Parts: sequence; structure tokens; C-alpha cells
Amino acid sequence: MFRRLPEAKGDTVLITVDGKPVTARAQDTVAAALLAAGIDHCRTTPVTGAPRAPYCLMGVCFDCLVVVDGRGNRQGCMVQVADGMRVETQQGKRDIAR
Amino acid sequence: MTTHAPTLDTDMPTVPQSCDLAVVGAGPAGLAAAATAARAGLKTLLLDENPGPGGQIYRAITRSPLPEGAVLGPDYWSGSPLARNVTTSQVTYLAQTTVWSLARDLELGISRAGSAYLIRPRRVILATGALERPMPIPGWTLPGVMTAGGAQTLLKSSGLVPEGRLVLAGCGPLLFLLAAQFLEAGVKIAAILDTTAAGAWRAALPEAFDFLTSPYFRKGISLLRKVRAKVKIISGVTALQAEGEGVLRAVSYETASGKGRIEVDTLLLHQGVVPNLNLGNAAGIPTVWDEAQCCFRPDVDGEGTSAIPGLAVAGDGAGIGGALGAAERGKLAALVAIEALKPDAPVLSEKPQVEAALSKVLRGRAFLDRLYRSAEAFRRPSGDTIACRCEEVSAATVRETVKLGCAGPNQLKSFLRTGMGPCQGRMCGLTITELMAQAQGVSQAEIGYYRLRPPVKPITLAELASLPKDESAMKSVERG
Repeated sequence: MFRRLPEAKGDTVLITVDGKPVTARAQDTVAAALLAAGIDHCRTTPVTGAPRAPYCLMGVCFDCLVVVDGRGNRQGCMVQVADGMRVETQQGKRDIAR
Repeated sequence: MTTHAPTLDTDMPTVPQSCDLAVVGAGPAGLAAAATAARAGLKTLLLDENPGPGGQIYRAITRSPLPEGAVLGPDYWSGSPLARNVTTSQVTYLAQTTVWSLARDLELGISRAGSAYLIRPRRVILATGALERPMPIPGWTLPGVMTAGGAQTLLKSSGLVPEGRLVLAGCGPLLFLLAAQFLEAGVKIAAILDTTAAGAWRAALPEAFDFLTSPYFRKGISLLRKVRAKVKIISGVTALQAEGEGVLRAVSYETASGKGRIEVDTLLLHQGVVPNLNLGNAAGIPTVWDEAQCCFRPDVDGEGTSAIPGLAVAGDGAGIGGALGAAERGKLAALVAIEALKPDAPVLSEKPQVEAALSKVLRGRAFLDRLYRSAEAFRRPSGDTIACRCEEVSAATVRETVKLGCAGPNQLKSFLRTGMGPCQGRMCGLTITELMAQAQGVSQAEIGYYRLRPPVKPITLAELASLPKDESAMKSVERG
């Protein structure tokens, strides 16, 4: 789990994660917002269904794949949050319709 | 339904079709290269995936939520002028832009705000930087385990720090720098499990003189002293295991004097950084084994020049030399490009100064390479430990497959899909080479690395379909 340092400045934005409201900071990536909100995993793997959380935070490991505004397989650490964004944790493979 | 297209900064430049020089990556090497080229009057394009300049080392340098000074330290804030030089220059800087292909004729495939473009620069400098060496220990895929670099990114760009019980494990300067930053921010660290090999100090000794007279020495010593005063450091760790069902609960470790176990909420792993090879490798730059740094790097000369005409690699992406070295190597690569395109540019006279500055900041690097060489036990996992995180392939499975007669990493792809998941080998490549080298009793150089292919980053069919089409492309799908 992660907490925000009191000296960290920035505007807040409201997103939803699996339908629940989550407050983030405007400069957060989706992965940072999930970790700050105490969400312990962001997806399950397509091979064994094991839970995974953001790991590298720099766009190389692809463990933070989530569904953003209905589109699957987005790298949570590479997408900036925006007010009203709908984030869903991703279960297994990306749904092909997304 | 509201859809949030990738948001771009307001003063967003358009994508040009051509330019003199395209620089990929806005870390220290890319920023210095782009600024130098622009000073000489080259039409310069700087492409980077992140929302702001800085790369990983100076991540969020223009947009960090943390106040300048205290927590992140002076070395971090020293990256500000590099970023400022680019934003105030004639460089066309495209943030949030992904480069997914680079052809031998230097055609770049890029993706930006949901659309794809092809650009034809006259020269290209790859400044794709480094990534953390994989540290495949049992349980390293559990939520709660993260790289030290990842945690530092959260600190720099979001002002986030771990909450609850925290352990750092591994070796290398970044681990102790992060520990010092956490202490500065008031974060408690339960322990640092130091995996620096027992004989490493002796191995590094012949290089000690250079290190003692380098700028790293005083900084390194004061950093170590600060961390040692406040954190329990367990040295000589020879084995690590992250424990938990579905989420991290504890880390257990072994040293020569016995075993231990610490209950934790967060475990941060780090054992150095290695060049990020994917784009250059896919463009056809041969990959060579660097024994001193125990990793692969692109085959380029001291100025970053590759065998592909017009294509260079600068900074840590060409071999690890640190942030200060990266900036000088970026300038050198830019000077080579300027020499080719504008041989009478006055800036070319600066080359001797750049070379002198580079040799100064690279002093002491050989010492660090030897001291913090990742121990074999943490490069060559065994049993059920996952080697390939994407396809969830264990070390034992890789070894068994080698016994079946699988000769190299490229053949292993068709046996096990290692390197074929979304990360495209970034997280498993070195581990697969190490495991195959060990199983066959040969060197890593003999095994080699994955041959990578574009697109080196995922691109959607919609993005591809948005590419501007010329007449021949239209005709190629016409039906008779």
C-alpha cells in the first residue's frame, strides 16, 4: 500500500475503479492512482488467473494492464488519469470486443 | 459514454513528416542530444512516451508534485536545466508519443493520441535508456512486490511512498539512494537485504583508485553512512523468497549465518540496470554481450554510431554509464549527426570538451560494475520460480526444454512462448539467456539474445488503419 506525502501538491480528480469512486491527483497515472487507493491488484493473468499489481511503473513489464473507458489492455502506468475516467481491473485475457 | 482519449499537453505540436534528426527518448541522453542538434540548426524531433521530459532518472522533473529540495535530493533536481534547454529550444518535442518501429532506412513508426504516423528523418539517435535487471526470486510476481525503480517513479511523479512494513532487497546504488530518499520523507524501512556478493569488494579493489578519485565516491559514502545509521542492513544475502497467497505477506532470506523471515507489506527489488535494447535490436543493430556489465548491449562505437547508416544509440541504452555520462554521450552522438549534415557548424568545436567531460564522469564506473555485479543466484533462478512473467514459465520448465534439444532463445519462443507475451522479452530476456547458458554449460555470449521484431510496443489495428495511405497501398487491396 502507498500513501501520499503531505508536501505533494496537485489538483484532485475523480475516477471510478470497478464502478466505485476513487479520488486521484491530476498528475497520477492510472497505476499510481490504484496504488494510492489501496487497490491490491489490478488484473488477473490470462494463463493461471493469478493476481498481479503494477511492478515496474515505467511501461516495460505490462503487469498493470487494465480496462480504461471500456478499452482493455491499457498500460495503467502509461495512462494519465482524467476526471470521470472509468477504470476496470482486467480479468484474464483482454475481452476481444474491447 | 464518455471516452477519454489520451490527453495531450495544450501546446501540442503537430507531427512533421520529415526532419534532420529524430531522437527517441527524453532522458538525459535524448535531451542533451536534441538540444545540441537544435543549437546547430538541425530540424530536430524529440519523441518520448511520458507526459513530461526527464526519462526515468529525472522522471517528472518539470511536473513533480514534490517541492524542489529536500526529499528527492540535489542530484535529481540537477536534471532541471537539461529539460529547460529543450523546452526553450527549437526542438519539436512530442510527449506521450510511442515509437513502435524503426526500419533500416530510418523510417519511424509512431503512435500519438490514438493515431499512427510514419516519419522519415535523415538521422536517428536512440536514447531509450535502461530498465531494471530482472530479479527472478520465488514469489516476485505477487502483488506487494515491486521494483525499487518503480517505487521511486511513484515518489517522483506522484509523491507516493510505501505504507506499512517495507523491505528493500538487492544491490546497487539505486537501492541505497531510494532508501535515503525514503528516510528523508519520513518512511520507515524495516530492513535492507543486501545481496552484494561476499567477494565483490575484493574483485572491485583493482578499480578502487579510479573510484576514490571520482565524483561518486564522496556522494556514495555519505549516502551509505546516512542509511546505515537508520536502517538495519543484512549483508551477504544469498537467497530470497517473497511469500504469500495472492498477496505479499513476508520475505524470507538466507545468509552464511542462517535464515530469517520478515513480515512485510511491500518488498522492493533491485539489482542494477541494463540497456533497453528492443527498438535498436528490432531495427537490426547487432546485440553483443558485455561481460563487465553482465548484460547485452547494442554494438555501437564510443560515439554511439551503429553499422546502420545514420543510426546511433546514446546514453545508458548503449551500455550503462549513469545519468551524467548519458548527457555527454547524447551530445557526442548529436555532434556526429551534425558533422554529417552541417559540417561547418560552430558547435562542432565543442567536441573535445564533451569528450573530456565524458571521461571524467565515467571514472569509477568499472568499480561500481564489479562491486554491484548481480550474484549468479539472482540471475539464474531454479524450480518453480517464474522466469517469464507474461507467460508464467518457470525456470525448471526452461531447463527441461533445453534438455529436449532447444538450442537458443529464439527457438524457445516456439516451445514455451517466452518473450512473446506483452512485455516482448523485456522482463525475461536476460534470465532466459542465463538459464540456457547454465543448462548447456556455455557462455551467455554463445547463447545470445532474442531477435526482436516491430512493433516493439503494442499498437491497435485502429491506429494502424489511421496511417496515411499512398496510392500503391490503396491499390494493393483493390479487388479485380
